[in-house]
Amino acid sequence: MLLSLEPRGQQSSLMLWCSPLLAAALTLGSGSLLFIALGHDPLLTLHTLLVAPISDLYGLSEWLVKALPILLCALGLAVAYQARIWNIGAEGQLLLGALAGSVLAVNFIEVQSRWALFVILLAGTLAGAAWAGLTAWLRTRFNANEILTSIMLNYIALNLLLYCVHGPLKDPQGFNFPQSAMFGDASRLPLLMEDGRIHAGVYFALLALVAVWVLLHKSFVGFQIKVLGLDKRAAGFAGFREKRLVWLVLLVSGGLAGLAGACEVTGPIGQLVPQVSPGYGYAAITVAFLGRLNPVGILVSSLLMALLYIGGESAQMSLNLPQAITQLFQGMMLFFLLACDVLILYRPRLNLRRKRRALATAVQQQVGAL
Amino acid sequence: MDIDLLSNIFYAMVRCGTPLLLVALGELVCEKSGVLNLGQEGMMLFGAVMGFIIAFSTGNLWLGVLLAMFAGMLLSSLFALVALVFNANQVATGLALTIFGVGLSSFVGAAWVGKPLTGFEPVALPYLSEIPLIGRMLFAQDLLVYLSFVLFALVAWVTLQTRVGLIIQAVGENPDAASAMGLPVLAVRALAVLFGGAMAGLAGAYLSLAYTPMWAENMSAGRGWIALALVVFASWRVWRLLLGAYLFGLASILHLVAQGLGLAIPSSLLAMLPYVATIVVLVLLSRDKVRTRLYAPVSLGQPWQAGH
Repeated sequence: MLLSLEPRGQQSSLMLWCSPLLAAALTLGSGSLLFIALGHDPLLTLHTLLVAPISDLYGLSEWLVKALPILLCALGLAVAYQARIWNIGAEGQLLLGALAGSVLAVNFIEVQSRWALFVILLAGTLAGAAWAGLTAWLRTRFNANEILTSIMLNYIALNLLLYCVHGPLKDPQGFNFPQSAMFGDASRLPLLMEDGRIHAGVYFALLALVAVWVLLHKSFVGFQIKVLGLDKRAAGFAGFREKRLVWLVLLVSGGLAGLAGACEVTGPIGQLVPQVSPGYGYAAITVAFLGRLNPVGILVSSLLMALLYIGGESAQMSLNLPQAITQLFQGMMLFFLLACDVLILYRPRLNLRRKRRALATAVQQQVGAL
Repeated sequence: MDIDLLSNIFYAMVRCGTPLLLVALGELVCEKSGVLNLGQEGMMLFGAVMGFIIAFSTGNLWLGVLLAMFAGMLLSSLFALVALVFNANQVATGLALTIFGVGLSSFVGAAWVGKPLTGFEPVALPYLSEIPLIGRMLFAQDLLVYLSFVLFALVAWVTLQTRVGLIIQAVGENPDAASAMGLPVLAVRALAVLFGGAMAGLAGAYLSLAYTPMWAENMSAGRGWIALALVVFASWRVWRLLLGAYLFGLASILHLVAQGLGLAIPSSLLAMLPYVATIVVLVLLSRDKVRTRLYAPVSLGQPWQAGH
């Protein structure tokens, strides 16, 4: 082969961080090609997608509003993925958090105390953790594959949510729309600025960021999680209890996703609607990988992902491009990342000379045979 | 329940089970060769949208089916490149394929949502379709369902009776030994992945051209994932796959049964049933670790490179 891969023998720490950048660049590059193919001006489209939405204060606040749930979910997923527990269920855990928070909130509409909000957020977190706990239980008790169970629980959570907004939680004065009543003021997250939707959930996200960083990089439990992820048998020999760690990582990641869901309904939305999440839980998977399962990396990549979300909306409005462009870019980015990651362990090598020499040897042999 | 209702339920069960059977057959071959491709959902959706667009624009349903299979293969070749050549983690690559496929199909299909199409119509075979109870189920289906019967027989024959089946199994059980015997491990795996892609594309075409002839975002509704569970359910054995696919088909049409019994259960709750059933099945079959280890291809999901 003209181009071959040569093992480096060790991880290249330069490529470890260059690969996500390369992946983002490749995504933008192939995105531009796609826009050209569709007859759009690529520069203008990229501007509409990535610059225009955040060029004013309102846009910046919307950017953070979108980044929040993605960041919370992705932080949780990073903890699970460090242990090689493939939790794909952040979406369902987020929905459950939103649902549990809403069940309380519609009963708290008359409550004036700020405790209402606290209880709602706590309930959301616990519900998300419990939903992930189901996956943990099925995995540790019955050895059931966590990828498949957590995916299935996503679909179940979505149907549960649909059932609730069409049934028990439907606003009696809502003209039969599938949505709950608006929550009371005491159950809403306080806004941080006058004319934007950015809310106090930002503090939770920052807190979670620090907590996950400490957990993964400064604690013994984090060390155990990483060992389990690198080599299950080694973790066993070291006496780390696998089942307990599986429970822990899933509860943490479910709890954070649940908190994200509760923040969505008490923050920007203010009621329970069927479309609580435009796929935040799935986007978080890409974000976690793109951020290298590192809290700071995840912060950066969740901002990038949130930008794609609001960019997708503005591209739909001003250029009439399908909003699915967000998901398309998301998938492309993850794909390019995995492809670029080959450079961490391998060095690409052009074999021009060797090929010519091989050809020459082959010719010589043939001549010799004649 | 009267016999007509029962016959209807059987008929709908096979219709519902067909897309599951098609994807699961592809994934079975793929997993037997040692590759775990979690991208079924994405390939299925891309097949569905491409099949629909082609059939709608050309008016030729079979051309749609063909292009859908090609579309599935195209996506699976991306998977093969990243997972087999670049040796990336198969779980992550499969997830990427699903996310990419879902996004790509929604993007491509945005202008085609809700357009009407006359899909494959049932073709009742004379006499045979009049057999009570099973006649309608087996002999009054559309052509793609008949095709799924043929493909099932083909996969069963190849995996159980032929040298090709043995080669696939050897590559999946022990790639080092297979390679030492001179088998091209990566080529066999790549072909198995491509076959899986074609089957997923076909299953997608079945959804958008026969089952509900239209295109809607995410119309596969997790069937690609259920098929992955089905392969575990079947313990990687082809006959149990057939049984499993139709059992899951039955679980997805239980609202018909409920109507027949005169029960009023909200549709969102009934819609959960296939997913709940998947979890229950996974629990029942994975409980025994030894058993799972006995039947699963030994090298499933592990990257492999020549000379390591």
